[in-house]
Amino acid sequence: MDWSGAITNGIISALGPVAIAYAVSAIGLNLQFGFTGLLNFGHVAFMMVGAYGTAATVEAGGSLWLGIGVGILAAVVLGLLLGLPTLRLRADYLAITTIAAAETLRLLVRSPVTRSVTGGVFGIQGFAEEFHALNPFGASTGYAIGPLVVSGRRLFVMIVGWTVVLILALIVRRLVKSPWGRLLKAIREDEDATRSLGKNVFVAKLQALALGGALASVGGVLLAIEQQNVSPDSFLPQVTFIIYVVVILGGAGTIWGPMLGAVIFQFFFYFVDSVMRQAQANVSWVGAILDSAGAAQIRFVLVGLGLMALLVFRPQGMLGSRREALVDG
Amino acid sequence: MADGAAALTGVAPRPGVAKPDPILVVEGVTRSFGGLQAVDVSHLEVQRNTVTALIGPNGAGKTTLFNLLTGFDQADSGSWSLNGGPIVGIPAYQVARRGMVRTFQLTRALPRLTVLDNVVLADPHNPGESLWRALIGGWRRGEEEATVKAKALLERFGLEHMADEYAGSLSGGQRKLLELARAMMVEPELIMLDEPMAGINPALTQQLLTHITGLRDEGKTVIFVEHDMDVVQEISDWVVVLAEGQVIAEGTPSSIAGNPDVIEAYLGAHRGKAVEDE
Repeated sequence: MDWSGAITNGIISALGPVAIAYAVSAIGLNLQFGFTGLLNFGHVAFMMVGAYGTAATVEAGGSLWLGIGVGILAAVVLGLLLGLPTLRLRADYLAITTIAAAETLRLLVRSPVTRSVTGGVFGIQGFAEEFHALNPFGASTGYAIGPLVVSGRRLFVMIVGWTVVLILALIVRRLVKSPWGRLLKAIREDEDATRSLGKNVFVAKLQALALGGALASVGGVLLAIEQQNVSPDSFLPQVTFIIYVVVILGGAGTIWGPMLGAVIFQFFFYFVDSVMRQAQANVSWVGAILDSAGAAQIRFVLVGLGLMALLVFRPQGMLGSRREALVDG
Repeated sequence: MADGAAALTGVAPRPGVAKPDPILVVEGVTRSFGGLQAVDVSHLEVQRNTVTALIGPNGAGKTTLFNLLTGFDQADSGSWSLNGGPIVGIPAYQVARRGMVRTFQLTRALPRLTVLDNVVLADPHNPGESLWRALIGGWRRGEEEATVKAKALLERFGLEHMADEYAGSLSGGQRKLLELARAMMVEPELIMLDEPMAGINPALTQQLLTHITGLRDEGKTVIFVEHDMDVVQEISDWVVVLAEGQVIAEGTPSSIAGNPDVIEAYLGAHRGKAVEDE
């Protein structure tokens, strides 16, 4: 069994573009769910809107940079559209509306009706040349960072991506440590009590939803740029729940939790993947009970078990405060 | 005795009577839930700078009336005004900003905020609560002023030693005190307390009563819902009795105690039955 290979695979994924996209999106969801208590079950829609806004703008003749602006703005608009009718209602209405809106939007993007703009089931490819043209590294040269070897293309995405993650995390940190952040937490704790103290709860919730959506769209944009590809089937509802796992794993309502959660999630997922593939091929009794497809699926089972163990032994997540988790209402 | 209370000496003890200087005037307010007429108040005035008790049997509509007046529920009809300005149909948070702050029957501390943050939050002038200012900065001074104000209130209500604890770790009585401090932070003129003594041990009751009369003595108006007649007799300047949604009697505490309508409302309707919760 090649353990160091499995660990290397895990680390490469943990620092890679998908982890970056998860981290940014999780920072957005954490603002909504962790700090404000909003149950947004359609987070993937914000990522999709960001990615498609970028790709479709370039496809229509705009520059990539304009496209990124369009993508982020579209996510803010989506947040306002979803929030305006539902945020006055009970929390569960937001959950139902967002999950339905996300799936509706994905099917719309996928349908023949919008094909001229979105490319239908095929999506849009090759729209991020302007970004990759800025790469100072040799795109296909391999660069060694310790035991890891990554291509210049990937290295550039990683550097830009993590820089963006860090900047956004610092901005969110500034916001949640302000009186505005305290207002969000107060809403999470008790909306009516906050209202009774003269606070405009509706506007604060709307701000959190739109801002969190904008952050998620940046995650979608980064992933789309790296892959040079957007397609409707990369924005399935389970992506939302992966982001929830990332937020809860790292610690909901903490500042660095979403970043740490994304790294740990991706590491664990690909480490287990690597181990299971090797075991399936090389260990006879594992090979006897699992085919290769089964070995790939077992990752999800193990991630689920890991999450259950976390919730039992560390319900506040990696970075959450135990003291806070034990406070009763 | 406060000035407001002194002005009540000549006022006739009958339902809907006009007061010399009303802060709150309620006119024809109704609210029904299905077939049940929960509130049907034809006229009610609350004298400024008094402690006014709102009493009545369970299900009389006291909490519903509170919810209507503070914008937490919507009336079917009627109007009411604070300081002469109508406040019908405006959102709850604006009612609070105009000077009418309420507390809840079940205390609503914000458990995972510290005690100090609970109070600082209630400051109506904190510039950092705008998203834009939170981003660009320049709110520290407002926050410091709010913190000084909040600490003074915590001291007044005897919670300064708990300032940095989570509000969720306070006892029931301490939560009541926290709610009072928080309400005061909003700088209200009229404070509406929904059963401030519920579930409080007798030692703390006396402390709470002193705080409530203290609010009046510094010029505020207090309306509170209460079941304990001893408490009502002790601190209120005026008593309003609600039964089946209507004001059936009002007057000074001593005039209410012997009122046959009140005794009928309390005992007649429920005689021999177990008392159930609202």
